[in-house]
Amino acid sequence: MIRRLLALAALVAAAVLLSPFVLSSTDTGAMPQVAQDYIRNAPEDLGGANIVTSVIVTYRGLDTLGEVAVLFAATAGVGALLRSASKTEKTIGPRREASEILETGAGFLFPLIVLFGAYIFTHGHLSPGGGFQGGVVVATAFLLLLLAGRIRAFGHGPMALVESLSGFAYVAVALAGLIFAAGFLDPRFLPRGEFGRLFSAGAIPIIYSLVGLKVGAELMGVLAGMRPSEGGAS
Amino acid sequence: MTLLIVLALGVLMVVAGVTALYLKNLSAAVIAAGAVSLLASIVYLLLAAPDVAMTEAAIGSALTTVVFLYALARIRGRGKEDPRD
Amino acid sequence: MIVQAVVATGALLILVGLWGLLTRRNLVKMILGFSIMDTGTHLLIVGLGYREGATAPILDASTPVGTPMVDPVPSALVLTAIVIGLAVTALMLAYAVRLHGSRGSAAIDDFKENAL
Repeated sequence: MIRRLLALAALVAAAVLLSPFVLSSTDTGAMPQVAQDYIRNAPEDLGGANIVTSVIVTYRGLDTLGEVAVLFAATAGVGALLRSASKTEKTIGPRREASEILETGAGFLFPLIVLFGAYIFTHGHLSPGGGFQGGVVVATAFLLLLLAGRIRAFGHGPMALVESLSGFAYVAVALAGLIFAAGFLDPRFLPRGEFGRLFSAGAIPIIYSLVGLKVGAELMGVLAGMRPSEGGAS
Repeated sequence: MTLLIVLALGVLMVVAGVTALYLKNLSAAVIAAGAVSLLASIVYLLLAAPDVAMTEAAIGSALTTVVFLYALARIRGRGKEDPRD
Repeated sequence: MIVQAVVATGALLILVGLWGLLTRRNLVKMILGFSIMDTGTHLLIVGLGYREGATAPILDASTPVGTPMVDPVPSALVLTAIVIGLAVTALMLAYAVRLHGSRGSAAIDDFKENAL
């Protein structure tokens, strides 16, 4: 009884805290000055068509580096927590063999989905998309193979290799920005190129592709850590 | 017109959210939470944020649901829901 | 009006998630409540960045420089937040699995310590 009242009081307090957002937000207010500067300066400064990508990779590039680090910490945490627990847990029984339609269909779709994911993260500066979305699509393609029974498990070695190499390359490109251009994570040390081409906007496609690979490998690591073990083998 | 769609989607999202927390069957609750994310990704598209819509659709409704179902399989000791059922 | 509708939906989802977190007993339901709160918060932030009649902040042949665009900063922040939300949800679920393994039950009542 008292718990219900306390929960209700917490909800009312949260509603009171959120009400200024609901009551005073409007469609036609002026944008903050920072956002106006980004929209005005990003195309000529950096040469990318997608302004959100320019903000993520360059203007707020340190946030992206921190996000990749947080993702790594979470993956490591999931792996550490669940690696040693497989002896005390119930395991699922041996899996049924997949039907031929499922296996063939998954094998046919897998390269198409990986191609789609690679397209998304390399064209991040030209169209909606980018590293996070492309990485998640690639991880989903591997998950399709796992669910359809084409592969037994995600190989720990290749995943760790891709993740460490792309993280290292990301910091190396950021330092190259410090050495050859105006600052850490500055993508202008490569030529700006022609607006709208794939190889344009300096180092933004390279940075975002590396972020995409790293995020994809880390999400596959999370899935591999959470996956229940089969048939008593731990 | 867009306002009506956004309002309808908003009502559906809140209903799906309450349903997800009320259902006794945990797998069904997880699917309902995935439905909340899917409807949110449509709202993001209507708000002219296509990057966020792609990310929310891929992560919120696909990967979060799979991670929850894996956790439920580990807790219950039964196999993950077979996709062929 | 659209901004207010989206912000109200986001706020309602935050309240629904908070209610689920406070009143449910099962660990997985509580984590589900967290996930719904996350979705509500992201909706609120992106909703605050919308401007009426503006388009997505991507330049191409049909949107030359100078077209009114929505605020790109909330989109950038929410992109990062969605990915981190997934990572934190996975970590919370890993803890829930370990807690269940240690006591055999997934209800939060069985994990109380007696403080006296």
